[in-house]
Amino acid sequence: MSGELQHLYEVLKYVQGFIYPNEIELRWSILIVLYPYITGLVAGAFILASLEKVFEVRDVRPTYRLALLTALAFLIGAPLPLLFHITHPLRGFEILLTPHTSSAMAVFGFVYLWYLMAILLIEIWLEYRKEIVAWSKETKGIKRVIYKILALGVSEVTEEAEEFDKRFGKFVAIVGIPSAVLLHGYVGFIFGSVKANPWWSSVIMPVIFLFSAMVSGIALVLFLYMIISYIRGEKPDIPCLDAMAKYLLYSIIIDFSLEMLDLGQRFYEAEEFFDMFTVLIKGKLFISLFIIQILIGAVIPMLILGYLRIFKTSDTTKRFWYFLTSLMVLVGIFATRWNVVIGGQLFSKSLRGLTIYKLQLIGREGVYIAIGVLLIPFFILLILLLILPPWKEEKKKIP
Amino acid sequence: MKRVSRREFIKKLSGVVILSGIKTSSFISFILSTFKYGKNKWGMVIDISKCIGCGKCVEACKKENNVPLEPFYFRTWIERYMIFEDGEVYVESQNGGMDGFKKLNPAKKIAKSFFVPKLCNQCEEPPCVQVCPVGATYETEDGVVLVDKKYCIGCGYCVQACPYGARYFHPETKTPDKCTFCYHRIKKGLLPACVTVCPTSSRIFGKIDDPESPVYKILKKYPVQVLKPALRTHPKVYYKEMDMEVR
Repeated sequence: MSGELQHLYEVLKYVQGFIYPNEIELRWSILIVLYPYITGLVAGAFILASLEKVFEVRDVRPTYRLALLTALAFLIGAPLPLLFHITHPLRGFEILLTPHTSSAMAVFGFVYLWYLMAILLIEIWLEYRKEIVAWSKETKGIKRVIYKILALGVSEVTEEAEEFDKRFGKFVAIVGIPSAVLLHGYVGFIFGSVKANPWWSSVIMPVIFLFSAMVSGIALVLFLYMIISYIRGEKPDIPCLDAMAKYLLYSIIIDFSLEMLDLGQRFYEAEEFFDMFTVLIKGKLFISLFIIQILIGAVIPMLILGYLRIFKTSDTTKRFWYFLTSLMVLVGIFATRWNVVIGGQLFSKSLRGLTIYKLQLIGREGVYIAIGVLLIPFFILLILLLILPPWKEEKKKIP
Repeated sequence: MKRVSRREFIKKLSGVVILSGIKTSSFISFILSTFKYGKNKWGMVIDISKCIGCGKCVEACKKENNVPLEPFYFRTWIERYMIFEDGEVYVESQNGGMDGFKKLNPAKKIAKSFFVPKLCNQCEEPPCVQVCPVGATYETEDGVVLVDKKYCIGCGYCVQACPYGARYFHPETKTPDKCTFCYHRIKKGLLPACVTVCPTSSRIFGKIDDPESPVYKILKKYPVQVLKPALRTHPKVYYKEMDMEVR
């Protein structure tokens, strides 16, 4: 008997109540949990970068470039969970070549390419152009070749060109905000538009996805900024941390309010799905929903960040709590994605029973592959940081 | 370059003409066959009061359509409902009902019990077709929803979109599979396998818009229901004598 069948027979033992016989196999696994998680990080990191560029929040300037590179690294990694998940990855390009226009999923390729090609790459290139040209002259060997290629034939940047870059960069950043909203709002729509699934089918699903994306993106850049500062032996800029923490707190408040509104409305309306819904959240989803998503991912971070905004504390204490909070939020948002994707498949569409999700270690959709897929964007980011170091600019400005 | 003589050229050309002639004639015969593509709107009526839960339909379907025998893959299955005096509902579908149903002796008194065969509802507004990102799941002109296994990328969105749990992932092709009303049979004027073997004629198949069809006659004469009508999928599988507990 194949491993897959053995797994299904094992799952069969844990089925509660009645489920349709074809529902024993839970189709969307941990990789599909990672997909909205990674895309959310992209959108959130980009919106954080826009705070500086578009809304001129000067305090977050030290993380502007890091936020852009983080968005790019995770955007490159975003299709990986999908490619690993689909059973015929070699046909995956058909989504781009022969998209079915009524399908929400078919839009992914276009939203993705628009965001990557028209927004992120252009904004990053404009931001770094002056330095890329300088590096293409200063460096030697392979680095010189890389910078020559990245300079795209530009050998000199005049003041006029710099001014143009600034203005055009701002324009791209402004267009980037609705694009980031579109990217993650659209991911929410993929789930929110499935009328067959009452756990997913919700008008505010795209909005919740969007705000949770902002929460996770800001938390990720905060986390990375502190780690990178530590590795480089520098102290992170406290006003910058304070500003990021402030926006993180605001985002969590909005996101949490929307989630509670959604949950509250489901309880109040108590439709056909209600009986199964209560069994689900009191049982199989209790820890991931109430403990991790709500308590660790939202309530405790809100209390910590709120406390730090009201009461004066030392920089060391702030750094410690900011770091811990960002980590808690990142775990919390992962649980949010888990509860949507896995939670939505645990109950039967007969609304009479529950199945379980047994996470496998090995296999195409196992834990090891998932960890690998999640780590790849970090490796991409490492390479990007080596090629386009965000901190060079600051050093030059010091003398 | 090898020169081709006039004689050789005429020989080869005549071969091509004859071959294309055969192809054309088979194409014409297909067009003129009894099957009028796009003119039939197939549907099924299931008379719940007649189903005895023998499981022959499930077995026939698996054999006819190469559905794996394991209890996780079904193009059609049967559910047994038991509604007790106190209102409690018990539903089961051991091995999709393929082996029939064992006699149960519950402690409580049963108010009513019945069997409900399930299959793809061949919706007129199929959510599975709507969500397929490459159009591999599509609707034929005669209203049957099919899956192009050679084109499907295997994303599983259609499985999520189906409100009836009618789709499973075939472990060999790694693509979704579901009931096609035995499309290969109905094209030839035969009945779907499950309808052919049903000993009590609880499954009735035919065109829903043809006054001569048994399906048409039932739809016009008796009260029928469809599953989950609120979702506006407009199923073409209709249930006669269906209880409100059936989902």
